[in-house]
Amino acid sequence: MAARIHGGAATALSTFNPKKLVAPSRTNLPAAARSSKRCIVAGGGSDASKKSLSVRHSQKLIANAAVATKAETSATTGTGHELLLFEALQEGLEEEMDRDPHVCVMGEDVGHYGGSYKVTKGLADKFGDLRVLDTPICENAFTGMGIGAAMTGLRPVIEGMNMGFLLLAFNQISNNCGMLHYTSGGQFTIPVVIRGPGGVGRQLGAEHSQRLESYFQSIPGIQMVACSTPYNAKGLMKAAIRSENPVILFEHVLLYNLKEKIPDEEYICNLEEAEMVRPGEHITILTYSRMRYHVMQAAKTLVNKGYDPEVIDIRSLKPFDLYTIGNSVKKTHRVLIVEECMRTGGIGASLTAAINENFHDYLDAPVMCLSSQDVPTPYAGTLEEWTVVQPAQIVTAVEQLCQ
Amino acid sequence: MATSFSATLPLHGSQENRLLLPPIRLAPPPSSFLGSTRSLTIPSSRRLYHAHAARRSPVVGVQEVVKEKKVTNSLVLCILITKEEGLVLYEDMILGRSFEDMCAQMYYRGKMFGFVHLYNGQEAVSTGFIKLLTQSDSVVSTYRDHVHALSKGVSARAVMSELFGKVTGCCRGQGGSMHMFSKEHNMLGGFAFIGEGIPVATGAAFTSKYKREVLKQDCEDVTVAFFGDGTCNNGQFYECLNMAALYKLPIIFVVENNLWAIGMSHLRSTSDPEIWKKGPAFGMPGVHVDGMDVLKVREVAKEAVTRARRGEGPTLVECETYRFRGHSLADPDELRDAAEKAKYAARDPITALKKYLVENKLANEGELKTIEKKIDELVEEAVEFADASPQPGRSQLLENVFADPKGFGIGPDGRYRCEDPKFTEGTAQV
Repeated sequence: MAARIHGGAATALSTFNPKKLVAPSRTNLPAAARSSKRCIVAGGGSDASKKSLSVRHSQKLIANAAVATKAETSATTGTGHELLLFEALQEGLEEEMDRDPHVCVMGEDVGHYGGSYKVTKGLADKFGDLRVLDTPICENAFTGMGIGAAMTGLRPVIEGMNMGFLLLAFNQISNNCGMLHYTSGGQFTIPVVIRGPGGVGRQLGAEHSQRLESYFQSIPGIQMVACSTPYNAKGLMKAAIRSENPVILFEHVLLYNLKEKIPDEEYICNLEEAEMVRPGEHITILTYSRMRYHVMQAAKTLVNKGYDPEVIDIRSLKPFDLYTIGNSVKKTHRVLIVEECMRTGGIGASLTAAINENFHDYLDAPVMCLSSQDVPTPYAGTLEEWTVVQPAQIVTAVEQLCQ
Repeated sequence: MATSFSATLPLHGSQENRLLLPPIRLAPPPSSFLGSTRSLTIPSSRRLYHAHAARRSPVVGVQEVVKEKKVTNSLVLCILITKEEGLVLYEDMILGRSFEDMCAQMYYRGKMFGFVHLYNGQEAVSTGFIKLLTQSDSVVSTYRDHVHALSKGVSARAVMSELFGKVTGCCRGQGGSMHMFSKEHNMLGGFAFIGEGIPVATGAAFTSKYKREVLKQDCEDVTVAFFGDGTCNNGQFYECLNMAALYKLPIIFVVENNLWAIGMSHLRSTSDPEIWKKGPAFGMPGVHVDGMDVLKVREVAKEAVTRARRGEGPTLVECETYRFRGHSLADPDELRDAAEKAKYAARDPITALKKYLVENKLANEGELKTIEKKIDELVEEAVEFADASPQPGRSQLLENVFADPKGFGIGPDGRYRCEDPKFTEGTAQV
């Protein structure tokens, strides 16, 4: 049985501001060498009273064991190039479009406008108006069009300008995208990628702040992944495009300006695997997308208090990587799930059930899940802050679990 | 390099509902689109349309040809088809009718279950369009899809087995009556919700255009989307009319207007019941045709398909037709007027074609009887085959959910679930 604590009135912490964020370096260098790399996390944890959202807080930190990262590739050349998350997505998309002429993009304002978050910038000039198709505002129809195109040989990447708009395409995503491979007896494949930004942004209002991962997770036949760093954004984009299954790639509005150095050589990320962000011994914290950064921020505080949290970015929202998660649970015996999804019926709810079902014997405490409030996201900044999980709550939850 | 889309077609014919396009010059026979000159009669008479076209249009109906032996216009062809074509059309319609009748029998005998929607009476539309297509052209249908699948070339055995839920069905028994798919014959389904197939058809047409313009392949494939009058009040229909016209996609939207959506009369649910008019609103020709006359349908279809192949864009064709049975086998069909049913029964497309073939000496009764017998045997054999086929085993349960079964994820033991031996048995935990 899971105890759930959701975002209540937290001590006012500056809201996470990613504008000047540099993701922790992913390199495999030993700690001493890493100390020379700067890791800037905005929203200083110590200054609890300031909560202005427009003021950028930055705090230089010497990267230490608190934010150790796992290297995903076996070796890095050491060169690599630095870019922002949206540029990483674009790079991945462009590489796949270069590689396979069947890959095309369709969505609103993806062509001439370059994408409302600039993910498709420059692609229309390079590949033409048909390969990077500016559609009219008809999500259901153009998603269906992408599905029909996929059935007949193309590999469309369908962009929802905001994930919330894909609610209008639910018919096509559920009935056709998810099901047609099955109902056709395996005759037709639907290798589409449906992507777009979702999540709670900066006072965007209720309808533009939705988290659709919970609505889509029951659809059989689709896979869902959520990217959180430029590295895994590019890798997941490429993997999703190459996959024969329909994949929904969840991006987050506030993470597009994350900066990181990624390898020059080609790489893809595994769609079904989770990412070990920080190995630890005391507690397993499972998270994804933007909450990863709140967790890492809380992790710093926790380390200072003497805890050793293991942080895993689950990345694959459907299906869950029960191997990585299971190994972690077997090691730490305590699980905290931190997500931005709604409390009711969210990813955390499913994950809690899966962990209880599979790893019950290994748990020393009930699985705790921190989710957003079951509330339409309010416009007011203060209220909005209280609907999502903040680092202080994460710290409190860990302390509670680790008693 | 950027390709740009030309503007939409100039809108035509706003003052009168006549020719919606200037006559297209084709190799013989030249013909112009059947401009619809229908006037809407008052609903109480239940007669929506009556033809004025015979005078103006060189394409005439079966009945008119039989009546008027004299040809007034030198461009008019008295006989619209050759003997071979006629027999192909006849056989296809008989196949559709016999198959559907057998479906009804089998349903009441408990061999198939669920929702089964039969096509009796509408055969002229399916035959008229699909017999003009090649194998690589695509057809998208609705839940009333058995005959579309048969016309497209899916074997009667495969369709019947699918209806019986057997492994040998065209979709391995996983789709059922409302999901007839065939990759080989480019039958893209079979959709249970109305309207959801239209975007898929638009996508197939998009692929055709993409192959031509981006991949530089020789691709003249067209897509024909069939749907009913009820669907024409659905948003997906309009969204796709817009996109198809905007991108000039090689697609033909065929409305099988049988006047009823289960128990909802078309006139009660539609503000402007003349569906063909909605085409020009989006910049494509809209045509109305008598859907009980396979030769008329075929002539219109030829135009529309040729237009699409030439890259001139989509067409909306409204076929006035009628279903002789209820909406589905579960429908008691009490709302429809007996007089209306009788009127359309008298216009049975199969009877009409038979009369045409015989009276124009294209075939004799004996040849037609041979065809009917052959089809009867074919359908019987299909039933026997379906009966004898095995039902799907447990192992099939988890197959085909994903094209790449890695999508089921990684299990607690570190292996992909699809590698679990229980997975192939269909008993794995996913």
